[in-house]
Amino acid sequence: MSHVQRNVEPMLKVENLHAYYGKSHVLQGVNMEIAPGEVVALLGRNGVGRSTTAKAIMGEVPPKGQILFKGQRISGLPSHRIAHLGLGYVPENRDIFPAMTVRQNLILGIKNMQNTGRWNIEQMLDMFPNLKARADTAAGVLSGGEKQMLTICRTLMGDPDLIIIDEPTEGLAPKIVQQVGDLIATIAKAGVSILLVEQKLSIALRIADKVYVMGHGEIVYEGSPQEFLDRSDIRKEWLEV
Amino acid sequence: METIVFSLLNGMIYGLLLFMLSSGLTLIFSMMGILNFAHASFYMLGAYFAYTIMGVTNFWLALFLAPVLAGGVGMLVERWGLRRVHVNGHVAELLFTFGLAYLIDEVVRIIWGRNAVNYKVPEALDFTLFTLYGSNYPAYRIFILFVAVFMLVSLWYLLKRTRIGLIIQAALTHPHMVGHLGHNVPLVFMSVFGAGCALAGLAGVIGGNYFITDPAMAVQMGPIVFVVVVVGGLGSLEGAFLAAMLIGILQTSAVSINASFSDIFGFLGLTASSELGRITVAQLAPTLPFLLLVLVLIARPRGLMGEREV
Repeated sequence: MSHVQRNVEPMLKVENLHAYYGKSHVLQGVNMEIAPGEVVALLGRNGVGRSTTAKAIMGEVPPKGQILFKGQRISGLPSHRIAHLGLGYVPENRDIFPAMTVRQNLILGIKNMQNTGRWNIEQMLDMFPNLKARADTAAGVLSGGEKQMLTICRTLMGDPDLIIIDEPTEGLAPKIVQQVGDLIATIAKAGVSILLVEQKLSIALRIADKVYVMGHGEIVYEGSPQEFLDRSDIRKEWLEV
Repeated sequence: METIVFSLLNGMIYGLLLFMLSSGLTLIFSMMGILNFAHASFYMLGAYFAYTIMGVTNFWLALFLAPVLAGGVGMLVERWGLRRVHVNGHVAELLFTFGLAYLIDEVVRIIWGRNAVNYKVPEALDFTLFTLYGSNYPAYRIFILFVAVFMLVSLWYLLKRTRIGLIIQAALTHPHMVGHLGHNVPLVFMSVFGAGCALAGLAGVIGGNYFITDPAMAVQMGPIVFVVVVVGGLGSLEGAFLAAMLIGILQTSAVSINASFSDIFGFLGLTASSELGRITVAQLAPTLPFLLLVLVLIARPRGLMGEREV
């Protein structure tokens, strides 16, 4: 896409990232770069370390190696400091606050009450009539797709410059998958960089500027969606079941 | 009638004091996942701090400063103690708070002595407010009632009506996610622990001179506060309130009933001179909270309003 700024300092630069679960060596030297305004899809089979990459960047799994966000080292920083630098994270478990209303969930996403930046609550609710209709109901009663929308919108309320979205379409009906794709496209249009951890090629190829494929704890392929489409060998070896 | 009115009033006051202690304990439970054995020690610290501050200045300053000091000690305990122990799991945390309770007990004995201190109701509040059915009712009890209700309304407002309250509630259940949204969860935890200790301290300030301020007050109050939290349902503020009022009124009412078993069960042939017949309802009062605990755990393991199993 045209708004990607490749000639400037990358938004996120991951170098030789390693991570362990106990003795199991899950990430074995991951390298990746995301430019300002760029949408990057991280593909791969289950269990190759895509979610762990997201968790290691966010500090939820202790990372070894270099993680630079806007040129600043973020490994070892507490999660609220990372968030305040402008890095948003939507984990795969759709961690909404079930006892709170939809609106309260969105309020909790705001980091600076004086200036919510690119997004505001009313605009979010207008985008999703389903959420608007239930703005003052407990979020616990929402459907899976609505919960997914809410978690993404909630993170947007903090006005991130890069948002990491982990498996947003898992277990959702095709129609909802389409809506999640539309939302991610809207985020990209607003100039926010996106790291999308996905399994569905359709949604990834529709909005991504760059594709990474992961296998056995490292990046095994990097290219544009167009180039990737021609590489049936890569798809066969690392993606198809 | 006289007995009922006074029992209800005194029971409510005792219940509100219990709630002041148990509200902090139940919030801290939601946060750490364990019951803080040392919680009643902060109640004791509040009373002793107030006694010392009152000796130097006056009661009103003590009313403000003693809870702040107790809360400050609580924050230090969380920041430099519990937070480090937390990584080693619940058993270590539990043992830590157990040790802390004894430590505070001993320190209090060293500083203030083994006997009760003369922590008195301030002169400005030491008068009869009204006379009902020929009995005088002390103004200080109504003062306790006001302080407790004011605290309760403030706490409810903070938790349910402010953004900070939302952050606290969300951090108690989803600490990781709240951190990723940019809120300083360790600071929230330290503040909640400190505020819980400050509430316990406040209960000590206004309860220490109503009851008695001695080194045994924490040990006496601790188990009852535990009962309140478990009966109400672990982690539930509403439940803690209900249980505190229930236990407060139940226990206070029982104390004022002088009837013995022989009076009640006389028709069964129980006489006043027999071992069982001699027991009065008032004597049974201290057992009531624990009886309630046992019964609730059998019939409703989650407590009155709790969401998780004990």
